[in-house]
Amino acid sequence: MTTTTASTELRARQDKGRKAAQNREKWASARTYISAVVILIWCLAPAYWMVVTAFREVDFTYDTTPWPTHVTMDNFITAFDTSFGNRFGQALLNSIFIGVTVTVISLVIGVFAAYALARLNFRFKYLVLGFILGASMFPGVALITPLFQLFTNIGWMGTYQALIIPNISFVLPLTVYTLTSFFREMPWELEESARVDGCTQGQAFRKVIMPLAAPAIFTTAILAFISSWNEFLIASQLSNEATKPVTVAIASFAGAQPNQIPYTAIMAAGTIVTIPLVILVLVFQRKIVAGLTAGAVK
Amino acid sequence: MATELGPTPATKPASGGTPVHHGPKGVGEDNKILSQGKWASWLLAPTIIALGIVIVYPIISAIIMSFQKDAGLDPVTGLFTEGGPAGIQNYVNWLGQQCAAPGGGTVACPPGTLGGQFWSATGTTFLFTVITVTFETILGFWMAMIMARTFKGRGLVRAAVLVPWAIPTAVTAQLWLFMFDFNGIINKLFNVSILWTGSEWPAKWAVIIADTWKTTPFMALLILAGLQMIPAEVYEAAKVDGATAWQRFRLITLPLVKPALMVAILFRTLDALRMFDLPYILTGGANNTTTLSILVINQIRQGFNSAAALSTITFIIIFLVAFIFVRFLGANVVEQSGATGKGKK
Repeated sequence: MTTTTASTELRARQDKGRKAAQNREKWASARTYISAVVILIWCLAPAYWMVVTAFREVDFTYDTTPWPTHVTMDNFITAFDTSFGNRFGQALLNSIFIGVTVTVISLVIGVFAAYALARLNFRFKYLVLGFILGASMFPGVALITPLFQLFTNIGWMGTYQALIIPNISFVLPLTVYTLTSFFREMPWELEESARVDGCTQGQAFRKVIMPLAAPAIFTTAILAFISSWNEFLIASQLSNEATKPVTVAIASFAGAQPNQIPYTAIMAAGTIVTIPLVILVLVFQRKIVAGLTAGAVK
Repeated sequence: MATELGPTPATKPASGGTPVHHGPKGVGEDNKILSQGKWASWLLAPTIIALGIVIVYPIISAIIMSFQKDAGLDPVTGLFTEGGPAGIQNYVNWLGQQCAAPGGGTVACPPGTLGGQFWSATGTTFLFTVITVTFETILGFWMAMIMARTFKGRGLVRAAVLVPWAIPTAVTAQLWLFMFDFNGIINKLFNVSILWTGSEWPAKWAVIIADTWKTTPFMALLILAGLQMIPAEVYEAAKVDGATAWQRFRLITLPLVKPALMVAILFRTLDALRMFDLPYILTGGANNTTTLSILVINQIRQGFNSAAALSTITFIIIFLVAFIFVRFLGANVVEQSGATGKGKK
């Protein structure tokens, strides 16, 4: 009799404990979901508001209905309209041209350095690595003054090369250290195995190393392009009406009335500038995060 | 000391830099290192030369310029004054907020002029840096802790945090300018009527909030990457030993994530110290939101050499902060950035 009571009691207590644990777990997962929703709102709401406003009629600029109302495409037409002195279409082309050129130059130069830093053993390696990391943290204003004077003197102000060359100062270090950490993770032993299996060095490189390195190089290219695409400081000082990139164009967007900021058109322009990046980033999310954090934690 | 474990036999540079040979392959290894060094210098040359042209050259010429007088019209007499060596006068002027006086000598810069804004710009820059980095660290840590958990929709959250990061700062600034408009969504949402960009503290908070929104994701991702390096077994073991959640956080998470956290904080701090785009577009530097970078840009058109001195001062400030981080706070960037190779993981 007593033993039965004891065992029932014990079971009851166990049940209670299990229930409490279950409750705690439920509560914890509920909290996780609440936190996740808060993060989602915090990150996405402003971007959502930009897109909603971009599709809103200009007379309803300050409408605060949380979903799309007074939907129109006019703002996108206005964004490309050149009659108020905006040259957004040209700016888009400029940004693409500058971004692609900077990315290609940085990759072509940086891939060799990254290979050496990841694969070879040599003296001053840490000095070089430190120098490159330091370079990427370099304040843009420290470069702009002498470049401003130099480019004025040699008549380069407002030219594409005057915008491309300074961009290399921060895109190249970024390229090198991102690639270095990617390369360090690659299974280079495979190259030797391929050689053992009878591949020539060229074949081993083409058939084994290239396919392995391609995603790393591609991710680095995206990161390089984004950082060039987002650059503002140097371009705001060294470009002119014909060569200015989108960031500068959007920062100085003019409307019909000089005292009124054409918010809806700016949001439309912002949406155009942002959407391709966001799609790119979401599609290659895993790789991009790996590339972004590669320099810092590995 | 760092060890490099690759397909090549591991060698350890001893004190003095002379390679020490292990095993029977000593001499061959030495040759290999020599040839690797040669290879490395060829491979590194293009990058070093390019960075020399785009970074080292401008720095040196900025330093040279900063010791020159700005040629120009004397603001009072209207006469052209020659440039020429200035010694450290440009630096003295900035630090003492002195402006050139008619007939030589200097006087305290009148309020409103660029020369009179040095210390307020320095203060604003540090204020922005300290507050935004603090917010970003706390928020970023919290976001990283959430993203490190396993739950349905985790991928969605991880993708969403990349959105603010991917939006160009210039667009971010215009977006927040619109939201902070007097008739904008923020005033409506919180039922207030604040002229956000119209006076000092609202303008500062506008910049701080917008910057925190834009850059917290980067922080969160760096911390998340650090969190993911901590093996799950450590937590399991602590749980078995009866550690509470708070103890697990304080005694396991914090110390183990600290290296990644320090690097994230260092990166963000150096980035915040050179803040330009956001306040430049959002507030135009009005109402005491002028950062050092904005001050340099405003000065360029009034005198290259004086601007060069200011940009050199800015550079030195950032360098000192980085030095303090690395030297005293243990942010080991180079080693963290992977130089230790696979051996130390």
